Amino acid sequence: MSVMPQTTLPSAAAAPADVSVPPARSGRVRRLSGRDRLVLGLMVGLPTLIQVVLVWIPTLLSVGLSFTKWNGLNLADIRPAGLSNYTYAAQEYPPFWPAVAHNIIWLAFLALVATPIGLLLAVLLDQKIRGTRLYQSIFFTPVMLSMVMVGIIWQLVYARNEGLLNNLLGTAGTPGAVDWFGDSDVNLWAALVATTWRHAGYIMVLYLAGLKGIDPSLREAAALDGANAWQMFFRVVFPVMRPINIVIVVITIIEALRAFDIVYLINKGTNGLELLSVLVIQNLVGVGQVIGVGSALAVILLVISLGPIVYYLVRTFRRAD
Amino acid sequence: MTATATIAPATGSPGGGRPRRHYGTHLFLVTMAVMWLVPLLWTLYTSLRPKAVTDKYGYWSLHGSINLDNFTAAWTQGGMATYFGNTLLITVPSVVLTLVLASMMAFAVSRFSWKFNLTLLVLFTAGNMLPPQVLAAPLFEMFKNTPLPYSISSSGTLLDTYYAVIAVEVAFQLGFCTFVLANYMKALPGGLTEAAQVDGASVWQQYSRIILPLSRPALAALGTLEVVWLYNDYFWPLLFIHSGDRLPITTGITNLQGQFLLDYNMIAAGATITVIPTLVVYLALQRHFVAGLTLGASKD
Repeated sequence: MSVMPQTTLPSAAAAPADVSVPPARSGRVRRLSGRDRLVLGLMVGLPTLIQVVLVWIPTLLSVGLSFTKWNGLNLADIRPAGLSNYTYAAQEYPPFWPAVAHNIIWLAFLALVATPIGLLLAVLLDQKIRGTRLYQSIFFTPVMLSMVMVGIIWQLVYARNEGLLNNLLGTAGTPGAVDWFGDSDVNLWAALVATTWRHAGYIMVLYLAGLKGIDPSLREAAALDGANAWQMFFRVVFPVMRPINIVIVVITIIEALRAFDIVYLINKGTNGLELLSVLVIQNLVGVGQVIGVGSALAVILLVISLGPIVYYLVRTFRRAD
Repeated sequence: MTATATIAPATGSPGGGRPRRHYGTHLFLVTMAVMWLVPLLWTLYTSLRPKAVTDKYGYWSLHGSINLDNFTAAWTQGGMATYFGNTLLITVPSVVLTLVLASMMAFAVSRFSWKFNLTLLVLFTAGNMLPPQVLAAPLFEMFKNTPLPYSISSSGTLLDTYYAVIAVEVAFQLGFCTFVLANYMKALPGGLTEAAQVDGASVWQQYSRIILPLSRPALAALGTLEVVWLYNDYFWPLLFIHSGDRLPITTGITNLQGQFLLDYNMIAAGATITVIPTLVVYLALQRHFVAGLTLGASKD
């Protein structure tokens, strides 16, 4: 798949898929001089050290801590606790199952609403249509914003009496006015609408880049064979887009598991907005830290994330091997 | 959904010979575009109206004057200059370090074959995809137990310092940047460095004189993307920095919310100010930003 044509990048970035020449190898390492090997060692060693110390060791420590009891104060107070943190989370910790349910709803909403909107926008804007660049810029603007800014902007839309939405509905200032971010019956959906505002544009850009990389002769051939619009998309375009489709599926799942900022901004992830990621943090920083429980929740999040991560890595690197 | 049916035939006219009227598509796209713009315009409009005006006429009105008073008030009362300064102190070193380290790693794994290069590349890529909350507790405890002289850190540990945030931002972004740069460098012709090697160029010269200059487009794309991402990052400063006056803007802006409780005009002004740098980057470097995003996804 190639990069958007209007980007300044030369096609080198897109070459791996098209070029049949084996990847550049300027030599086996053992042919190098001692000094060169030292330089190469440092070039690999330094980034790897940082990655290991600040990403992989902490991940393993999370797993380790999840089997302990600790208040986070003194390292000497760490006690083994077996699986008790996990049984506590699943059986006694009240927000656990709501958080799991909210994460599932979050994923379902992204997968069934936000991502399809992005795909639809991409397919529509891929045509020779007037103002396509302007439309693209508009839909893309929220992608530049942080989820915190998205939350603040939508707070202004959702505010009970001052917000745009209730004023449009005519309920502002009346007892019937809904507090969209405050009411636990609706706030998850309100947060998801705000998230969609950003997510759809992200998906649109990724898909559009893929669509532009499709060989035009494919479509010409299909058109000559009399394919209609639906056939064109589902029989020709969609199958060719398989690599991008996988990226989009993985991004959608990962984004659903990573959701944190907007609910933490709204109410620290309570009262209808519990998510696994937030529960991890609530157990780590709140009063009476329970590192073990927080780590157990982190490990649950990790195990779920490993599914899409491993799937993506296998798909991506299998060919490179 | 009807829009798809109305307009999709255009996809099937690659020659573009027959002029098509996309009324259905335009109706749909205009509706969506309005829905996309309204929250931004509402924020801007609210920020321009003095509190007295909205108190009198309500937020849903066109009456009353507009001015920039909320902006100056939010800027000074909110201490936003400090937040912006902090953002700069975190973002610049993080982006530079990330690109330097990632380009070296990418060079080593893409231009040389050795035993573990693919394994390492896979691990780097995986690390970037983890939810950050998974690492939060151990990192917090590691930093809390790393003593620093009080001359460098007022907490006596790595907590509440920019070093902690920068280190973790770099570690977390390294995976993505290495992945993108490795793909880019792999696609550069192998003869380039082979010829240089025959001429006696050292590994460092191959990296700094040949591969790095040729990777400039990818570095520009990643640099833009990373600046925006780090500017937008909320979580790591939230976890590590506890002194309010050391927070970067995206984490600090949430303090303004508490400070300007229910003064929506001020919150809107603070939000608008915060969005401005991103919009400047957007207008000036949109191509790089989009290129960076799609570079990461377009590899198969």
